[in-house]
Amino acid sequence: MTVITTATVQVRDLVRRYDERAVLDGLDLDIAPGEFVALLGKSGSGKSTLLRALAGLDYDVEGSGELAVPQNVSVVFQDSRLLPWARVLDNVVLGLSGAGDRGRKSLEEVGLAGREQAWPNELSGGEQQRVALARSLVREPELLLADEPFGALDALTRLKMHVLLRKLCATHQPAVLLVTHDVDEAIVLADRVIVLDEGRIVAEEVVELAAPRSSADPGFAAIRSRLLDALGVSL
Amino acid sequence: MSATTLPGLRSRTTAAPVVRRRRLGPGKPIKFGAAIGPVLLLVIWSVGSAAGWIDQRNLSAPWTVVTTAGDLIADGRLQSNLWTSAQRALLGLALGIVLGVVLALISGLSRLGEAVLDGPIQIKRAIPSLALLPLLILWLGIGESMKVVTILLGVFIPIYIHTHNGLRTIDSRYVELAQTVGLSQWEFIRRVVLPGALPGFLLGLRFAVTGAWLSLVVVEQINSTSGIGYMMELARTYGQTDIIIVGLVVYGALGLLSDAVVRLIQRRALTWRRTLAAA
Repeated sequence: MTVITTATVQVRDLVRRYDERAVLDGLDLDIAPGEFVALLGKSGSGKSTLLRALAGLDYDVEGSGELAVPQNVSVVFQDSRLLPWARVLDNVVLGLSGAGDRGRKSLEEVGLAGREQAWPNELSGGEQQRVALARSLVREPELLLADEPFGALDALTRLKMHVLLRKLCATHQPAVLLVTHDVDEAIVLADRVIVLDEGRIVAEEVVELAAPRSSADPGFAAIRSRLLDALGVSL
Repeated sequence: MSATTLPGLRSRTTAAPVVRRRRLGPGKPIKFGAAIGPVLLLVIWSVGSAAGWIDQRNLSAPWTVVTTAGDLIADGRLQSNLWTSAQRALLGLALGIVLGVVLALISGLSRLGEAVLDGPIQIKRAIPSLALLPLLILWLGIGESMKVVTILLGVFIPIYIHTHNGLRTIDSRYVELAQTVGLSQWEFIRRVVLPGALPGFLLGLRFAVTGAWLSLVVVEQINSTSGIGYMMELARTYGQTDIIIVGLVVYGALGLLSDAVVRLIQRRALTWRRTLAAA
């Protein structure tokens, strides 16, 4: 019981329906403080629905179940979702008052010191997503929700973002739920990988590989093949 | 057999000279191309007037127009009439902008506001403002208030339509973002809604400015005793085409100038868009 009460996220018997179809069907999930959980699943398995439920963005959706999330939740979307009419620093501290210095520090952390006054349009896709990370982390969230945050980036930029995200999580220690469809990304980043299918968790893998994690590691390959199995991909 | 096919092969391997295709597009732009048409017209007008092909009673010669403009400025008639016209247009424009923006905000930010306001405004949009003139003259007389209200009615419609459209088409992803970062209602309006609707508002403003001059021309020719339109109307009764042309030139200059001002405002206010266009 003590484990449950200290969990950052606690989901019990969560049901979400769209037009009679249960997208989430009695889902249970706990995320411990500082734990990095990656969520895998086919399209339409309910990944985004779960994330939106945790973010409190699923008004007008029919459903039931218990949901406990911390007050301070940040979301990183697949698109960077920066306001194009606000300069980079203003985007980072959006909704915070008198947080200019914290915002500058946050931008420095993601390697964008000196770009405070740039317009979002002037940045590359990877840089925009780093601004989005800074915007999330400047709020020191207890829970960071990320919906395929690197899905729109090229492969090389994505690898750099993995390194950056691991570093930032080590510094700020938020609990993380990362939705992704990239199995390798999940194994590289997460403490635990869960697989969602038809609104339920159908597989779970605790990743205990030594850093830096490499796909050449036999342990990595074993986890990957079990996850791919659970996703219904046979190689 | 092989010997007979060889020459054929050889001729195929020698490269044929590249035939330069004719360019299908219109080609390079001509320097000062935009000026050619107007200058040509001016030349035809001048030559026609000098040669006596154009009757001075129908159209005064360009030099007559220039000297008339000089006379009108010298005796102060042009300035005082221009000032009266500008006051009417600016007052109508300012009131119309305020009305349009306020109505757009009410209707864009609340469903109730939209239900109450949007229908009547769309109906008003279908009726040309100038068609309301008989009613406005009955209600407000033929004084200044009728003129300003007519201009106002022509102005607030484009401001309302484009600002309202700007408000309604703000990407819902930004609304989601505002929720996840916990913006208050007022912060949401200030940081997301207003900047998001600004491009729409400025587009509406360009239409509004044009509309203000259009309405001005009409109201000034009805029972006015001052203004550029009055000056032209008076010239008509005396058959002074030179003064009419001066009035037209002034209207044209005012239209161009005010559009340039709005475009300048647009460039200043939408810097973030310019960077996109430049990239």
